[in-house]
Amino acid sequence: MLRELFRFHGGVKPATNKSASTTSPIAKAPIPARLVVPLHQSLGSPAIALVEPGQRVLKGERIGAAGGRLSAAIHAPTSGVVRAVEPALVPHASGLREPAVIIESDGEDRWAEPEHINYRITPPDEVRDFVRDAGVVGLGGAVFPTHQKMRPGSGGKTRTLVLNGAECEPFITCDDMLMRERADGIVSGAAILRHMLQAEEVLIGIEDNKPEAIAAMRQAVAAAGEHMEVVAVPTRYPAGGAKQLIRVLTGIEVPHGERSTDYGVQCFNVGTAYSVHEALELGRPLVSRIVTVAGNVERPGNYEVLIGTPMDELVRLCGPRADTRFLVMGGPMMGVRMPAFDVPVVKATNCVLAADDKLFPPAPPEQPCIRCTECAKACPVELQPFELYWFSRSKNFGKAQEYHLFDCIECGCCAYVCPSHIPLVDYYRFSKGEIWAREREKAAADQARERFEFRNFRQEREKAEKAAKLAAKAAETRAKLAEAGTAEAPAAAEAPAAEDPKKALIAAALARAKAQKAEIQPQNTDNLSPQTQAEIADIETRRKALEAAAVPASTAPAPQAADATDLPDEPRP
Amino acid sequence: MITAILVMAGIAIVLGLTLGYAAIRFKVEGDPLVEKIDAILPQTQCGQCGFPGCKPYAEAIANGEADINQCPPGGEEGVRKLADLLGREFKPLSEEHGVEKPKSVAVIDEQVCIGCTLCIQACPVDAIVGAAKQMHTVVEPLCTGCELCVAPCPVDCIAMVPLAETVHTWKWKYPVVEMRRVA
Repeated sequence: MLRELFRFHGGVKPATNKSASTTSPIAKAPIPARLVVPLHQSLGSPAIALVEPGQRVLKGERIGAAGGRLSAAIHAPTSGVVRAVEPALVPHASGLREPAVIIESDGEDRWAEPEHINYRITPPDEVRDFVRDAGVVGLGGAVFPTHQKMRPGSGGKTRTLVLNGAECEPFITCDDMLMRERADGIVSGAAILRHMLQAEEVLIGIEDNKPEAIAAMRQAVAAAGEHMEVVAVPTRYPAGGAKQLIRVLTGIEVPHGERSTDYGVQCFNVGTAYSVHEALELGRPLVSRIVTVAGNVERPGNYEVLIGTPMDELVRLCGPRADTRFLVMGGPMMGVRMPAFDVPVVKATNCVLAADDKLFPPAPPEQPCIRCTECAKACPVELQPFELYWFSRSKNFGKAQEYHLFDCIECGCCAYVCPSHIPLVDYYRFSKGEIWAREREKAAADQARERFEFRNFRQEREKAEKAAKLAAKAAETRAKLAEAGTAEAPAAAEAPAAEDPKKALIAAALARAKAQKAEIQPQNTDNLSPQTQAEIADIETRRKALEAAAVPASTAPAPQAADATDLPDEPRP
Repeated sequence: MITAILVMAGIAIVLGLTLGYAAIRFKVEGDPLVEKIDAILPQTQCGQCGFPGCKPYAEAIANGEADINQCPPGGEEGVRKLADLLGREFKPLSEEHGVEKPKSVAVIDEQVCIGCTLCIQACPVDAIVGAAKQMHTVVEPLCTGCELCVAPCPVDCIAMVPLAETVHTWKWKYPVVEMRRVA
């Protein structure tokens, strides 16, 4: 059966360096004493921690729930005790810390009770939730949450399901070995994905430099009696890019700003398909993955590694040479230099390269661009890398965006062919970062403006409301006073004169207080017994006598005052 | 002669009517220049420029009442953008209005806060929550770092904390290595 294949533009053919790590089968890496499981292991939002320090966890137990629509759960990679939930160094170029669950393993590797569902009879939404809670993400390196891709396109159908086994980047062989050894699991996963997507055909694209994997996959497809097609695609970097593989297999070129699902095609990595199989058929969440260890090591190979294993412990299994300077996560084309040796393996880690000066020589000095356009010839996305370079270098980000900077997949082909050794991808990453930062700032400024304007509006409204309330109250009081229409007349007459409702209110209150005062008579002189009356009269006469005595003496006012203060005390006892 | 005058008068009337109609039909609401300037300003609403908010400052710039270098949160880059927009010469930030600082957010020491609500009233973007005699706190993503809440606090429990870089906000560095200038 021959299928017409298509070409994608550009691409390069670097030395593949794959044979060394495919000589021995996939080995199980030992359980490390301490595992660091970052909460943010998928595209989108980080997971929300579900465990607390000191808690015992079993292998496969959920330790972080999906933190949003675009997020996936994380699980304990082995049984043990949670030591901390704290920021830890993550495999990211920044060398910054991110929240992670730190687990001390007990060495028993005891599984939690597996959860099962039958995807054939369960509603699709529940299957997707199950996959999300099993923590399945794209294992090709982009870690896009898989459950979000497990829905059919328009009309409830998908024309083509593409399984990506191209694995085009040098040194990396994890998908190759997985296909050789666990082809039946991949085919089972592909069947599940086909069911979820309602796909009409399934194409499994594998680069033709992996004949063993192609044979194993064909055999597994035949053994399962499935109708799937294993297609050998020409070896050319980056044939493993989703859009490039779709182009090669179907001839569809997904335009700028659109997704392959709009064209009835959905693409999954073979490793992802295997994880889907494990989650739905065996009830096992994603707690480990196959990682290639290569580069400057004695025995390159592939290992099934628990998520959270420190990379240095993994590399030690392969005998790293003494002159290893640093580790790279990913391949030599797209890989990222790790900030330390002990960063954990995460779901995105397909390969760990030990780097020395031979493999990763210090970058040769950057020469001026000679406008040879080799980069444009190599670009698989048909961009103009030299234009993007100039705009990025001069920080003309608007122009860079106009030249579709964000379509760049950072595959590194342009930098690979550049005769002037310009680190082109570094420029694009810088530009993208700046543009994102500016967009964040812009969004924050817009939000602040909106909130400030609303606050001003609210303050105006509150002022108006208060004034209205006051006016209403003043009118009410005035009406009441007018009704009473008595001695308060002068006060009431004053009020309307004062236009300010506040003043009117104050005037009314004053009038009220005056009226109250007039009502209250000094009561201690009322209803006195004749005896007390006589006493008061007596006191009065004494006081008169004292005053009469004081005036001729013309004394200082002080004793007089003292007398006066003394006097009121007398009647009390 | 009469014909010529009539023709000229006719043209004048027609053009006048057209212009008059256009003035009503295509009337521009608000000042577009103010909007453009306002879009460049960082919207911290801090008042360091001497105007009560970014919009009034934008209006002042548009009316020629204020200079373009009075906005410290916008920084040198903001001045440069304003200079580009208005076709003026770039000038460094004026020192009397303050200096450019790294982006910070206000943090209330909740142990010390007495719940006086003064900071809530001062916040231009309603980013502080709390009630009288209750603890207050700053909603970090909404805080613009304007520092207007710091001064009113009677117990000095508000500190401006620079924002730490996270994996999310981290940026790749500019790959150009500047050659050291040989003297």
